[in-house]
Amino acid sequence: MSEVTVQAIPEKLDVALGGDVADYVALLKPRVMFLVVFTALVGLVAAPGTMHPVLAIAALICIAVGAGASGALNMWYDADIDARMARTAARPVPQGAVTPQEALTFGSVLAGFSVICLGLMANWVAAGLLAFTIAFYVFVYTMWLKRATPQNIVIGGAAGALPPMIGWAAATGTVSLESFVLFLIIFMWTPPHFWALALIRARDYERAGVPMLPVTHGADETRRQILIYSLILAPLGMVPSVMGFGGMLYTVVASILGAFFVVFAVDCYRTREGEAADRAAKHLFAYSVLYLFVLFAALLVEQGFGIGGGGLPLSWAL
Amino acid sequence: MQDAETERKRRQRKRSVAIAWILAVLVVLFFIVTIVRLGGNVLNGPG
Repeated sequence: MSEVTVQAIPEKLDVALGGDVADYVALLKPRVMFLVVFTALVGLVAAPGTMHPVLAIAALICIAVGAGASGALNMWYDADIDARMARTAARPVPQGAVTPQEALTFGSVLAGFSVICLGLMANWVAAGLLAFTIAFYVFVYTMWLKRATPQNIVIGGAAGALPPMIGWAAATGTVSLESFVLFLIIFMWTPPHFWALALIRARDYERAGVPMLPVTHGADETRRQILIYSLILAPLGMVPSVMGFGGMLYTVVASILGAFFVVFAVDCYRTREGEAADRAAKHLFAYSVLYLFVLFAALLVEQGFGIGGGGLPLSWAL
Repeated sequence: MQDAETERKRRQRKRSVAIAWILAVLVVLFFIVTIVRLGGNVLNGPG
């Protein structure tokens, strides 16, 4: 019989002390912020035309703050769930370092501030998209879907997929098919990424009452769904090449990354027993992070150095 | 009791300093963004 190990929850701090600066930084979910800024940067750089570097940096700061606000509002609402999960029990609200009211105020102020500043510094299309992203993440994903359906991260993933479109809109004042493709890539990447984590943390989610797919439909069905999404994601990653805004470097990188994504998904699908199954899910989870980062980095390098798009073998196929 | 009060003051001071820094950075950012958005017109002066 295997034992469930639960991370020790640190002793509650006296709320009267008030949170430390580090607690407020933690409310912003810095790692998520980094991914949001990175994908928004790719959208901004890949967009046609030029944007003044200062305005581009200001726009990225606004998008980063908006993402942080979403994180703070998520931690405010999900404090009860976070307290029951080993992975999240040490967050500032369940720890008592920051009160729920403080997290709510902090998140709300930052959300409003980031949207208004993006509107003034870039344009109101980008600001509207940022406002929609924050609202979708907080009201649709956090307050509704997360506790209601195993499709929570599939639909809710739209919020995490929007930053490249926001970046694109900040640079051009509009959205386009190209930026929608970047959205779709992250949208399709999200389920295998989070379900790989959910396979490892299934007991945690079950204890917290979160209806993640492994809890409601079992590990085998989750592995099947992961494989399906991975088989869609791999060719989808090639679409920028087909459309002509991904160059030779991107094409090569996307092919290799997509192939390996399927390999890791097949391994996760086939390895179902014992520690090997956990290991396969962990490998897929770690690889999925690398996949998205390198795929978008390839696009960033090409567009940043002006070597992307145009004469691709696939671009004239359309 | 006194330790708790010292710790509370220390945290409050750190939060105040952080807010001061953020405000200072925002002032500089807004100034630069304004100049950039005005473009070359800022050098032309009135009239």
